[in-house]
Amino acid sequence: MTEAECAECGATLDLADDLETGEIIDCGTCGAELEVIDVNPPVLDRAPELEEDWGE
Amino acid sequence: MQIGLLYSRIRKDEKLLLSELRERGHDVTKIDVRKHQFGLDGTTAPVDDLDVVVDRCLATSRSLYATRFIESYGVPVVNSPETAEICADKAKNSLALAEAGVPTPETKVAFTKESAMEAIEAFGYPCVLKPVVGSWGRLMAKIDSRSAAEAILEHKATLGHYEHKVFYVQEFVEKPGRDIRVLATDGEPVAAMTRSSEHWLTNAAKGGETEAFELDDEALELVEKASDAVGGGLLGVDLMETGDSYTVHEVNHTVEFKALNGTTDVDVPATVVDWLESKAAEKTAAEALA
Ligand SMILES: [Zn+2]
Repeated sequence: MTEAECAECGATLDLADDLETGEIIDCGTCGAELEVIDVNPPVLDRAPELEEDWGE
Repeated sequence: MQIGLLYSRIRKDEKLLLSELRERGHDVTKIDVRKHQFGLDGTTAPVDDLDVVVDRCLATSRSLYATRFIESYGVPVVNSPETAEICADKAKNSLALAEAGVPTPETKVAFTKESAMEAIEAFGYPCVLKPVVGSWGRLMAKIDSRSAAEAILEHKATLGHYEHKVFYVQEFVEKPGRDIRVLATDGEPVAAMTRSSEHWLTNAAKGGETEAFELDDEALELVEKASDAVGGGLLGVDLMETGDSYTVHEVNHTVEFKALNGTTDVDVPATVVDWLESKAAEKTAAEALA
């Protein structure tokens, strides 16, 4: 288990070990969507907004 | 094998694929398409030694262009840009299915509000209005009356960007509260499930209930034909039951499979990676002959 700080609210997030760059995770405190920018050490940033043509 | 994964978001689906690939000892190169340029004579993306590239771009526009460029560098890419182009556009998708003789809902495309209104009135109510691009069932409208049709067409014409100026009108298919999603590799089903909902949209993304589904011979044949119709690849084929038969609504090219993996007994990522290995082997065999 590793930790990182929410880019939106500053809360500390517990992160799984199999974290991937580019992965999207939700902040349990503020609900923000966060993107994993780096894994070692973990760095999180606000995830880009979903756009209209995103998804299957 | 050396495998590239094109992405801009790693979802559960991509994580499942990545861990299966790594467990088998494959060399995975993750390519974040946001960070690279794709030129006429090459790219900053590390694609040179790859046996196959899997396109997992969420954004249709990125998927369409990145796959086109990567193919031009002589690197095999799944799904192919041809498949992406047909699947990314509901009108092209419908045409491809109809031309291949696959039963698909009756569909009309119109370019003005007035003409779309005529199409809607000809279908009668309810009927369905969809954007030609878009995903997860967003911005789809079930139209129950002429006044609803007028309001929706007015909103689309005023607020939508140009893709919403193409009106895609479809008959409403009365289905038994569920539709069928089949994941297939070049027409070969990996697994299938039903998605049920009280709501007329039954997408798993919209919270429908899922259950494993056994395909009969007719469904198997339709999945194969639908896959061929769009050029094959790793696809999600959406069918609906129409009494004693099926109709194929659409074929998806950046298919999500996490819900399917949790619903059926099939190890979905393992089956997909088996197929990717066969794709890479085809390339190696072709090179040996050259
Ligand atoms: Zn937060």
